Amino acid sequence: MSIRGKACIMGAYEHPTRKAENKSVAQLHAEVALGALRDAGLTRGDVDGYFCAGDAPGMGPLSMADYLGLTKLKHVDATDLGGCSYLAHVAHAAEAIALGKCSVALITLAGRPRSEGQATGTAPRAGNPSQPDVQFEYPYGAAIANMYAMCARRHMHEFGTTSEQLAWIKVAASHHAQHNEHAMLRKLVTVEEVLNSPLVADPLHRLDCCVISDGGGALVVTSPEIARTLKRPLISVRGAGEAVKHQEGGRIDLTYTGARHSGARAFAEAGVTPADIKYASIYDSFTITVLLQLEDLGFCAQGEGGKFVADGNLISGVGRLPFNTDGGGLCNNHPANRGGITKVIEAVRQLRGEAHPAVQVKNCDLALAHGTGGSIGTRHASATLVLERL
Amino acid sequence: MTDRIPPSPTPDPSTLRFWEAAREGKLLIGRNTRTGQAHYPPRPICPFSDEGEVEWVQASGRGTIYSFSIMRAKLPYAIAYVELAEGPRMMTNIIGCDFDALRIGQEVRLVFQPSEGDGYPVPMFSPV
Repeated sequence: MSIRGKACIMGAYEHPTRKAENKSVAQLHAEVALGALRDAGLTRGDVDGYFCAGDAPGMGPLSMADYLGLTKLKHVDATDLGGCSYLAHVAHAAEAIALGKCSVALITLAGRPRSEGQATGTAPRAGNPSQPDVQFEYPYGAAIANMYAMCARRHMHEFGTTSEQLAWIKVAASHHAQHNEHAMLRKLVTVEEVLNSPLVADPLHRLDCCVISDGGGALVVTSPEIARTLKRPLISVRGAGEAVKHQEGGRIDLTYTGARHSGARAFAEAGVTPADIKYASIYDSFTITVLLQLEDLGFCAQGEGGKFVADGNLISGVGRLPFNTDGGGLCNNHPANRGGITKVIEAVRQLRGEAHPAVQVKNCDLALAHGTGGSIGTRHASATLVLERL
Repeated sequence: MTDRIPPSPTPDPSTLRFWEAAREGKLLIGRNTRTGQAHYPPRPICPFSDEGEVEWVQASGRGTIYSFSIMRAKLPYAIAYVELAEGPRMMTNIIGCDFDALRIGQEVRLVFQPSEGDGYPVPMFSPV
């Protein structure tokens, strides 16, 4: 059994805020929920499946279902895989819809780390002592940035990848962000500017890191039958894959991510190859995140990522693989420190032909969205979606 | 060079012996009695095999740097994965060193760094 063609993304909404000082997290979830339902031409009364992750306040989906006034829920899922949860939610929603467990699934993400003053990437987090890894990592000052930095360092060591090549990823994102009126960083940057920005955790510079922003996003996934009654383009879920990668008892390899497996699974289900993809949303917590995932998804061979991303190859209208045309996490936003839902939203915009005209990919009928959750330096989940405009 | 003083680890019932051994200057790793495969961090069940039991054995304290990064905090520190001579790669800090001279593949040796508030000593490494 496959989910191929069993569900469509019919509503997508990204909150315009990047700093929500006077809103609650629940309120942001509610605002994006209504935005996505309005986009689909549906109402809260139509929702019978609800999906959220660890950013939603309360126990699993319960507080949010209550707050939103969702009274017809037949199926709920609070799978928390960090930043890629929402890509997994799309796949899980498609599974539930295929099995008849629900027909209109709402997925929400929201948070306000910027207003709360979180030092997302640089502050070691104590975590819960019952988490078995905390006592072996927290004392060492393990944070997000230095974990990803170790991946970058090892990749450079094994494959000769350079900081200049990584910088090209940020440059490409800034080329796209200049057209996004909501993006936090709209200024075009050069490779030199990335390299001259202060080191955060070497070899990663400040401009190798994504922004810290408030905001959120939501998606509405429906059965094909309901989709055909709506007035929006049909964006079908063609394939999906998930994977988990971790330290493997001390055999950790920092040079690749779970995308190697989640991507292969998604492509197999979709029956397409990386060469068929017209647009890709690639999780970009750091520049190195993008490079590793591009290799692991098969857009180039392992070790070739540096050459692949250089010279504007990720810039829409310039290179071979337009990526993150909203500016991505590197320039646009990273709501709740979780960039998964915005990856799906921009892929939907591209497939609908509703991206900014300056970055819209011509004849974009097949797109990929990929996310990572957790830390590739320790343990993480990968989730990949292949989406198609019918 | 002033090295960062780590917060004390919080042992759980299954790892208390690891941290008590640290007080004696010993780094323990897990080893499967049947397969001989070593793992880290040590745990009561082998992550590789359903066969055999886990015995906790003392590591030699020798290793090489697998990767590292200098966190440019107010008090900078070097985080690393060190590949132990016994095989497993363990997260750690490199201390007592010139950060600019660190490189992948460098030989390092186990040292224990006191933690805050007279907590458990934390296994770290210094260049040989």
